[in-house]
Amino acid sequence: MLSRVVVVGASAAGLTAAEALRREGFTGELTIIGDEVHSPYDRPPLSKQILRGAWEPDRIVLRPDALLADLKASWMLGTPAAGLDPIGRKVVLADGREIGYDGLVIATGATPRRLPFGHDLAGVHLLRTLDDTLALRDGLRSARSMAIVGAGFLGAEVAAVGRESGLEVTMIDPLPAPMIRQFGAELGGLLAQLHQSRGVNLRCGVGVSALTGEGGRVAGVELSDGSHVTADLVLVAIGATPATSWLATSGLRLGDGVECDQYCAAAPGIVAAGDVASWHHPRIGRRRLEHRMNATEQATIAAKNLLGAKIPFAPVSYFWTDQYDVKLQVYGRSGDDLDFHIVAGDPTEGRFAALYGDGHHVTGAMAWNLPRHARLLRAHVANQIPWKEAVAPISTNVGG
Amino acid sequence: MKVVLDQDRCIGSGQCVLSSPEVFDQRDDDGIAVLLAEQPPADAEEGAREAARICPALAITVAE
Repeated sequence: MLSRVVVVGASAAGLTAAEALRREGFTGELTIIGDEVHSPYDRPPLSKQILRGAWEPDRIVLRPDALLADLKASWMLGTPAAGLDPIGRKVVLADGREIGYDGLVIATGATPRRLPFGHDLAGVHLLRTLDDTLALRDGLRSARSMAIVGAGFLGAEVAAVGRESGLEVTMIDPLPAPMIRQFGAELGGLLAQLHQSRGVNLRCGVGVSALTGEGGRVAGVELSDGSHVTADLVLVAIGATPATSWLATSGLRLGDGVECDQYCAAAPGIVAAGDVASWHHPRIGRRRLEHRMNATEQATIAAKNLLGAKIPFAPVSYFWTDQYDVKLQVYGRSGDDLDFHIVAGDPTEGRFAALYGDGHHVTGAMAWNLPRHARLLRAHVANQIPWKEAVAPISTNVGG
Repeated sequence: MKVVLDQDRCIGSGQCVLSSPEVFDQRDDDGIAVLLAEQPPADAEEGAREAARICPALAITVAE
């Protein structure tokens, strides 16, 4: 029976784990450590409603104060963890304090990647936290042109907000189209068309060799083909790495994140969840997901398992992205290494749904402005329907 | 139990319909959730709680 649980990370996964621990009957001491000063808040709206100015930060608090108080936890916010001693069972804080535990939840999220140059210039932004977002939002108000380095989720969403705010927007990526890694070439091509039709200057298949500046302020981006893009605002959105630097000497296995087994356990008495966790999915092998939905699902299972359950974590993952008036949703696995087949609607009509497969079975389902279809097709993913059967014409009748 | 759905927050993930089909459905055109039962019957309450917990857009609250 655990008497003292420490949760490192006070965002979606950390908060969910803390709530699940209480719900499952844990009555001992509960400490939640977070590097940001803010109470737990929701990140997906940062690059959408918050950046656009449609919402103010009070709309993204994850729980009202009263519910946070119900957790009866000690909160240590604005307090980064700096080390872990899994033998002595202590978390070491950046200020040198040590916090003992007999159960530990690691939920420290991910850290945005930086370019090897240019971040000292004013007007160069990253976007991960609320403070990052408010700084970029301020920049959008006075800027005329924005360059976005990276055409993944974040870059593409911010490009949409930038155009809606009336800025000249250039989006740069070394791959041939936006979000190819996540969606594959066919859908990437449709996203390229979408952004170009909304006026984005899309520069794909080219790298970034320098950020140029004038008087300490960014003035543009130099590309690997020798061309130069003028910009008075730059967002670097080239992905994120799991926030494991504080665990470097802990002895925990760190690969692409904290390596866990199928029960989200990293070591005896230690579980991990959310963006920081790499775990062994019982059906599809080692995975790490930076998706909002996964933070909740994984933290719930990790907390139960920390209390002694033995539940393998085997989700059908879900993520979405909003760009302009397009909502893209994906269940399961999608990507450029998989087959892609449209089963409903038509891209030329701006609404369609498709399946992804590995040659044998359906691995994922996606929908472009057909949200209900995404959910209905999810059953194909959950049931691992044979690919040939799923893409046969009859399966386009997904009901509803 | 009273279930409150904030359609302005809803992103149409359909997660609520998966965990609680007695209480939630989705609109055909935009996938936004709709509430079928504001006060769910006792045997649907746990499903509604689960829907509130997992909603990725924090669009569902449950008052006991």
